[in-house]
Order: sequence, then structure tokens, then C-alpha cells
Amino acid sequence: MRYIPITQAEKEAMLRDIGVSSTEELFAANIPAEVRLKRPLNLPPALTEMELMAHLRELAAENANTAEYACFLGGGAYDHYVPAAVDAVLRRGEFLTAYTPYQPEISQGVLQAIYEYQSLMCELTGMDLSNASMYDGASALAEAAGMVVSQTGRSKLLVARSVHPHYRRVVATYMHGLGVELIEVPLEGVTLDLNRLEALMTDEVGGLLLQTPNFLGYLEQVRQIEALVHARNGLFVVAVDPISLGVLEAPGNYGADIVVAEGQGLGVPLSFGGPYLGIMATRERFARKMPGRIAGATVDTRGQRGFVLTLQAREQHIRREKATSNICTNQALIALAATVYLALVGKEGLREVANLSLQKAHYAAREIASLPGWRLAGNAPFFKEFAVLAPAPAAEVSRKLLEHKILGGVDVGAAYPELLEGDAGADGGRAAAALTFAVTEKRTRVEIDRLVAALREVK
Amino acid sequence: MGLVPLLFEQSAPGKRAVTFPAPDVPAVELTEAIPADLLRKEPANLPELSEVEVIRHFTQLSRMNHGVDVDFYPLGSCTMKYNPKVNEEAARIPGFALTHPLQPEETVQGNLKLLHTLEGWLCEVTGMDRMTFQPAAGAHGELTGILLIRAYHESRGDTGRSEVIVPDSAHGTNPATAAMAGYRVVPVKSLPDGSIDLEALRQTVGPRTAALMMTNPSTLGLFDPHVKEITEIVHQAGGLCYYDGANLNAIMGYARPGDMGFDVVHLNLHKTFSTPHGGGGPGSGPVGVKSHLVPFLPVPVVEKRGDRYVLDWDRPQSIGKIHGFWGNFGVIVRAYAYVLTHGPALKEVSEYAVLNANYVMAHLKKYYDVFVDRYCMHECVLAARTLKHETGVKTLDVAKRLLDEGIHPPTIYFPLIVEEALMIEPTETESKATLDRFIQAMIRIHDEARTNPELVKSAPHNTPVGRLDEALAARRPNLRYRAQQG
Repeated sequence: MRYIPITQAEKEAMLRDIGVSSTEELFAANIPAEVRLKRPLNLPPALTEMELMAHLRELAAENANTAEYACFLGGGAYDHYVPAAVDAVLRRGEFLTAYTPYQPEISQGVLQAIYEYQSLMCELTGMDLSNASMYDGASALAEAAGMVVSQTGRSKLLVARSVHPHYRRVVATYMHGLGVELIEVPLEGVTLDLNRLEALMTDEVGGLLLQTPNFLGYLEQVRQIEALVHARNGLFVVAVDPISLGVLEAPGNYGADIVVAEGQGLGVPLSFGGPYLGIMATRERFARKMPGRIAGATVDTRGQRGFVLTLQAREQHIRREKATSNICTNQALIALAATVYLALVGKEGLREVANLSLQKAHYAAREIASLPGWRLAGNAPFFKEFAVLAPAPAAEVSRKLLEHKILGGVDVGAAYPELLEGDAGADGGRAAAALTFAVTEKRTRVEIDRLVAALREVK
Repeated sequence: MGLVPLLFEQSAPGKRAVTFPAPDVPAVELTEAIPADLLRKEPANLPELSEVEVIRHFTQLSRMNHGVDVDFYPLGSCTMKYNPKVNEEAARIPGFALTHPLQPEETVQGNLKLLHTLEGWLCEVTGMDRMTFQPAAGAHGELTGILLIRAYHESRGDTGRSEVIVPDSAHGTNPATAAMAGYRVVPVKSLPDGSIDLEALRQTVGPRTAALMMTNPSTLGLFDPHVKEITEIVHQAGGLCYYDGANLNAIMGYARPGDMGFDVVHLNLHKTFSTPHGGGGPGSGPVGVKSHLVPFLPVPVVEKRGDRYVLDWDRPQSIGKIHGFWGNFGVIVRAYAYVLTHGPALKEVSEYAVLNANYVMAHLKKYYDVFVDRYCMHECVLAARTLKHETGVKTLDVAKRLLDEGIHPPTIYFPLIVEEALMIEPTETESKATLDRFIQAMIRIHDEARTNPELVKSAPHNTPVGRLDEALAARRPNLRYRAQQG
């Protein structure tokens, strides 16, 4: 009853006005007896706020968290620094407790923030337009796949095997009902096999879904790949790490048709995998195929600039079964976090975050590769994440690192057995595991050295 | 220039809000690490501002925005109830907020226990057997649910089922979802009271029926008296029944979709379970299923083995994954806190939601058209049809005039089957004083429509901006800032 501000006396007055003697009459008038629940809900007793927080703190204490452990885990979620001002903005009740801005006259705050978010995403990716957000990087890629099929009318799609395995599964789930055939383009080493791509990229194929840096952390040869895809009039979909765009070329400058990204690195806590941010940006000519909400600038009756949701003829509430997608609620507050983050770090700051991550990752890679029994899985260029071949099983490595208060080493051997099969170590012994490590600007040299020292104990 | 300049318009070269520590590792040349053709030539044109400017910018923007924390928000079918502050603290506990999704299972036992426990509670509320938390919003849950139904039929070799039946009073997401899952959408007529026309349904179902999607209470805020018969008709034809949980706030503790014969249900944690909408997300749209659909749930499923919780990936009939990780965990923590705050008294949430809606309807039905003169559930649908015919003041005008009162208007022009509809959902978290203020405002606007219609038609008058030219926005899209537009 904590959040029900009606007294017993008020309740009785209200019932009198309605003309019934109890709320039961209202329910009885609606719900047939045959489907009424005739017992109380079997739920634990209500807790006060004090008891609730104590219980939750106890539950949370069963987890290891990145304030206590040095985090070298990546695989699509990264421990970047979140400036304090980001959460200060997100806690403003006017943003936090608003619905979708359907009434623009009292929603200019959210609408302008979306417009600014879209603008920032365009600057970052080098694309013409962005939507207001998607659920996460994986579902954004799946929606992009749907866009390619709809735009090209071709029902086959190539997916780089170097794309995050979870993302590939999400794409497959989304495409299953539409009868789209997904064809995997294999790896050569730790990046896409260009010869296989050329052979598979036929006129029947709608396009390619690529990720760069790829799931293993390595940069794909995007310019050669773009040429191969466009030679067959396919569409080139690129999933990126937005932080990497502080130093890496904008996909708009190498011919991407649709850019998607997991935006978590832009000021969003790890939060066990969500809520995150699906970024989607594209070329002007695909605007009307774009799923999701879009804000646009216009003027009001007084001649002032204002913002509204626009191009709504694409959306489900107008087009119903002919809509570009069913998405409505997205990740608006997380898009706001990314907007605040980018405003705070600015032009120079983003470059610094990217460069620091790169520097520290390269230091860590060199140090790990110098350990006896440890090798890099490939020698392609990488950004802040890389794959190594380990002399011991992944679980053993993980256990050892936990002893040293380190979270690290995503086990990628099961998803990419070819990394291990192709391996014949210098000493003739095969590696026992393939792992990726990610290093952000938050990791200190002391922490990296601690990681290396811990790995040295694994033989 | 607008009321608040854009971030870009306030930018000045060299300003910054955040600095980072100097590198503490031996330097590597960027050009050595990365091939020149993959390096950025020009830095992204991001704005350059100080922290105080950033904070003031967003504070000023926030002051041009309405939220539940500001005032009444009776937006029908959106359940804009109060979002408890303690739930915000809960989601920010470091042990939850600072956990990585790929941590070893033994280091996230608290998270997995929370997911498994809340799953059990929500199954109890809905009468379902298992639940997945991966969907990030209601529409995402719908897609998941319909793909589960597809997988079920396919597993039985029952591949001729190509149609999903959707009542014409349904939310637009229902038909859009069915189409995304590769189904043909077959509409079925609603009767004037929003319930499904049983005869029409019998004519529509058949060997091609994969599923019926239904919202109950319907979008008219009325419980379908024949729901049991409806699910039986669909089941007899070999189809499955999908429950859109948008309106669950009406029935918690009173009735359960599982007992009505539904096979799949999605919930909106950002409606019924009080997690904040954030201006359009993040939400969370968990999907519950009956036992015959459990094998198809997205991977991984959280299982309890002995006293340990694990992520079970070994589910060969699974539809796959629908989210990059495990769902919007931070939202799920808030919902967990909400259920624990109420316990079995969740039933009172629905009780007062229904009381408030009927109270508003009782006072306003003398002034606005009532589509069906019957006690409603958690929301009531009124219409400004008579008002429009008599005064020329439309539902849109009434809505805009409410803005001048500091009140967010109800959902308007929905459901589509009601002309000039106003769909009012007060929720249980409003005081009688607030409801009375809304009622008085609606009556005053009704009077104004007769005495001074121009005042209403030209509303709003007290908002930061006046009515906006939406046609211009669509005709000449301006969707981003460009440096030259200055």
C-alpha cells in the first residue's frame, strides 16, 4: 500500500460516487467467475524500504563486481569510465519518468535530446541519419538485416563468422520467420576470409553483416570488403564499437550502407548485460526503410524552433502489419546517457579514451605474448581487445585470475574451435584454450602487470 | 535558434568536461598499431563544453519535459504509475550495476538468483510455467512469443499454419509483430464493447491459424466475458493463444492469463511493475509460457541445480537468442524490488487502479461520450464525438488544452474503433485530489468549448512551445545538426 495515496474515507466517497458499495462489484461486473483467481497470490510478504535494501545488498554481495575486481572482460560489454555527471542527468525525474514524447509541447526536453543524440551518432559514424535507438547492438544488427532484405528484395544474406556469436544467433532468430537464408563467411586466421567472401557474394545475396573490430578484437579489411560487396550491388552493414571511432575511420567514409553498434561503452554501466543501447545509422536513401523512432526539427505556431517525432509513416502505430518493424519503446534513457557522455568527453576526450584503451591493450598483449606457453591468436591489427592461446583450460585460467581479484579472459575456444585446431605451437604442443582480453582506459599499468603475473602462474 | 541552444551551438574549441590520466604504459605509435587506411583522418565533430554547461543544458531541457514526477500522466494503455525512488537505488547497488555479463557463473550467483526468483513470482502472477527475461520491451516480447509459437508448430511438423489472428481493436504492435515473424495477419472484428465477435472468430479460425493475439482487458478497458470460450475456439482449431500484457495492471491477484487458456504472455515491467519509462525506454518485456512451449525458450535459461544457479545453453529446440546478453537486467532489478515491496498486496494495486478509472468515468460521462456504459477496468475510454459535432472542438484540442493545466493528456484517437477517443488510465498511484483536479479540468474544457471554442482550438498557451508543424517536419526532414546550418 506504500504507493497508493487514497485513505479509507476517500475510497468510500469514491465508491459512493461510482454507485457501488465495494470495488468487488466492479470486478464482478467484468471478470467471469470461471476465470477468477480464488486464492491470494502466493508471494513473499511485503518488505519495508529498509528491509528491501538490506535484502538486495545481501543478494548483490553474492556477486563479484568491477569495483572490487580488475575487469579485463570484453566480448561486447566494456568497463569504460562513466563520468558522474551522466547519472546526475539520468536521475532528473522529467527525463526518467516520461513516456515516449507523444505530446511535443511538453516533451521538448526528450525530443531535443534525441535530436542531439541522432546528430552525435551521425558525426561519429559519418552517416546521414540515425534513429532514436534500438534495444542493443545485437537486435540493431538483426533489424539491419531485415532492412537489407526489404531494400534489396534478396532473401540470402552473408554473415561474417567474426561477428559476435550472440549477435549471429539474434540475427538468425529474427530472420527465421521471414525465411531468410544466412550464409556464414569463414575466418582466415582472426579476420574474415576475403577469398571466400568473393566466392559467396553472388547476385542473389542481399549483402554482408560485418563487425569491426570483430568479436575477437581485430580490425577487418573494410575497404577491400566494401568493394567486394558493392561489386554485386549488395548492402554493406557494419557493426562497430563507438569508442573505437575516436581513432578509427568512420564507416561512412568507407562505404557502409548501414552502421549499427552496441553503445554501452558511451557512459553506460555494465549492469550484467543491460539496459544497453542499440545504435543504428544509415544513408539518406534508406530513410524510409529505417525502423524505430526518429526526431526532427520543425517550427511552432509562434515561429520558434521545436522538435517532434517524424517520418512516422514507417511505424507500427500507423502502418500496422506493413511497418518497417514492430519496435516502439526503445532505449531512450540510455541514448540520453550516450548523449551526455559524448557532450562531456567532447572531441578530444573521445580520442583520448580510444587512444588510452589502445595503448594499454597493446601493452597487455605484448606482455602476455611474452609469457612462456602463451601466444597471440593472430597478428592482425587490433584496437582494445585481442585473442590469445593459453596453455591451460579456460576454467583454470579464470579460477587463477579470480584468486588475484581479476575478471578476465572470455573463453572463445568453443565458438571458434578453428583457432585451436589450426594451432601447432612452436614447441609442438597445442594450446588448451583461446581467450580474449579487453583493456579500457580504466585499467592501470599496475593492474595489467597483476594480470600478467597471474597468467604466468598458469602453465 | 530554439529555446535552448543545441550542444553544438554552445561548443567552443578547447573546452572540456572530463580529463583522463596520462598514459602509464610504454607508448605505441598509432600508425604502427593500425594501418593508415583504417585510421580516422578528422576527429568526429563532437561539441566541446565544460561540465557546468553540460549540466545546465540538460537541466534546462528537463524543465521543458513532463514526467510522472512532475504531474498527472493518465496516458491510456501506458500505465504511467509512480516509479519508486528506492528502486533506482536498488539498480545502482555496485554488486548489480557493476557486474559484467560474461563473468563466470560462480561470481554472479546473486544476479542469477534474482532472475530465477522473480521468474517464479511473475509466473505466479500470470499463471504461467516458465519465463524469459531477454526481451527488452513489450514489442520485443511479442516477437519472442510469436516466434515461440512458430517453433512449437514447426516442431510438430504442423507447417501449414501461416496466419495470426488480431482483433481490430489491438495495439499496432500486434499486427507488426506477426508480420515480422513471417505470418499473414488476419483481422477479426470486435463488437462495439471491444470484446471479440465469437461468430466472426469461429469463421476465421482453421487449419491455417497459428495463433490469436489478444489484449484482455481490451483496449477499451473492458474484460472480455467470453475469454475462456475464445481460447477454446482457437485451441480446437489447433492454434495457440497469445496474451498481450499491456493491461495486466487491471487484474493482478484477480485473474491470470494462464487460467484463461493463454499459452504465451508478455509483460511490460515498465508499465505494471513500475520501472520508469525513461522518455521511451529502457523497458523490459519478459515472456511467460506454459509447459508445452518451455523447450523453445531463448537460450540461456536460468536453472537451479542443487543450491547453485546456472545458465543453461543446452536446449536444442530453442528459438535462439533475442538479446545480446540476458535482457535489461537493471530494469529487472527494479521490478524485483517492486514485487517485494508489495507481496500479495499486488492485488490492491489492481483494486485501486480499477477504482480510480471508474471514479473518473463516473464524473466525466455526463460531459463526454461513453462508448460502452459499463463499469470499466483500469482505464476508461471516453470520446469527444458529441462535443466535436456541437462545437467543432476535437479530441486533439481537448488534449492540447489539458497541457495548459499541467496535465499530460490521455491517449487520443485510440482504439481506432472509437471516433474521437480519449483513453484515460489514472493508475493506482494518484490521490483523490489529483483525480478531482483532472475531472474539474476536463469539465472546464468542456465548458470552454461552448463559451470560447477558439481558446481550446488554439491551445496550448502555457507551454514552452506552441503546436508544432508536424507536416513540415515530415515534408522537409531535418534529422540532425549540420555545421553549416548554424
